[in-house]
Amino acid sequence: MQITVTLNGSDQTHDVEPRTLLVDFIRTKGELTGTHIGCDTTSCGACTVLLDGTPVKSCTMLAVQADGRAVTTVEGLKRADGLHPLQAAFKQEHGLQCGFCTPGMMLVGAALLEQNPAPTEDDVRWAISGNICRCTGYMNIVKAIRAAGAEMATS
Amino acid sequence: MFPSSFDYVAARSVEEAVAAKAGAGDDARVLAGGQSLIPMMKMRLAAPAQLVDINRVPGLDALERTNGQLRVGALVRHADIARSDLAFGAIASAAPWISDPLVRNLGTLCGSVAHCDPEGDWNSVLLATGADVVARGPSGERTIPITDFVVDFFTNALRDDEMVTEVRIPVPNGRSGGSYQKLERKVGDYATVAVAAHLELGGTGAIARAGVALTAVVPKNTKVTAAENVLVGNHPSTELFEEAAELAAQASEPRDDVRGSAEWKRNVVRVFTRRALTAAAAQAQQG
Repeated sequence: MQITVTLNGSDQTHDVEPRTLLVDFIRTKGELTGTHIGCDTTSCGACTVLLDGTPVKSCTMLAVQADGRAVTTVEGLKRADGLHPLQAAFKQEHGLQCGFCTPGMMLVGAALLEQNPAPTEDDVRWAISGNICRCTGYMNIVKAIRAAGAEMATS
Repeated sequence: MFPSSFDYVAARSVEEAVAAKAGAGDDARVLAGGQSLIPMMKMRLAAPAQLVDINRVPGLDALERTNGQLRVGALVRHADIARSDLAFGAIASAAPWISDPLVRNLGTLCGSVAHCDPEGDWNSVLLATGADVVARGPSGERTIPITDFVVDFFTNALRDDEMVTEVRIPVPNGRSGGSYQKLERKVGDYATVAVAAHLELGGTGAIARAGVALTAVVPKNTKVTAAENVLVGNHPSTELFEEAAELAAQASEPRDDVRGSAEWKRNVVRVFTRRALTAAAAQAQQG
């Protein structure tokens, strides 16, 4: 069936099988590969995207469910004048090693900062608890999200 | 991983959803949050011929208190409940512990209830609070007490042509409290053990109504009637709660698995029942 998804602000109309998962729609039809397929079983959060601003696991949603809705991927964070403060903060604070979980972590961070511009360490840990990182031990991810919040508050 | 092929129906009303479901016999599934159904379809544990998506049905996302009931519509997400001031007692206590934050943004209480996974949390909370499930079929609506709705392991009381539209949880008039105590290995894992408790106090401070139910240590979410009977009519006390906790432990049927030994889990049931009742009583005595 034909669906239109607003992907990072641009309307994408494609024919899909109803069983197409949103993550595959984004990667193959949208040709945006920043959204990763990790566990593929709703456990790891590597496929996190924002659906109308709310973080969800795109491996556990059908593309047809996103028809008419706005999806933001990590590529959508980038600003005209350069990196999003979260992207800059992940770089600055060494919030990634292999980078596989990073898009999900940044999108969850973006949604958190939208609701709570100055989260505590506990707030951040709670928010990212559906996203798994196997490299960093989370310390620097937490630091990066809080640093981005501080940066966004002053800019 | 992809699900098997299916026909997709995006229903615009409950009537349309019910008609579609009725037309497909026992081979249709309702898609609400999809946080259990889609993984099951991807793993081919479920392969419905038809998927009836209710996400575009207006009105099903209502979470409200009317006529002494907390009414939770079929599209109310776990996260909606977690941040709502309308939730109370064991419901408010359980909501933040459902799966993980991302799953809570899509998954629904009604979907979890209909799924009847004995490791799911909500059915224990509903058994403890005495909720009703509202089902709609081609011939109209019926209200099913949660004790009848949970039939067995992954088996509910719905007929093939029915869908859950709402869950109604009675809001106590007087002093009440509730708690959900859950042990999980990590965020997003199923419960190793969980216990729901709900208490209502009478004018004298004695327990007028009690609900205790178990998750993950019984073949289906189970109300511990023996423990409830011991509680009702008595004043909250450590000794009373220990007695009820012992009965809950005896009622549990845990099994040895990767999450722990049966003996250890039974002990967790005992400790968590006591903690849940203590927290419920403290809340009731404050309110």
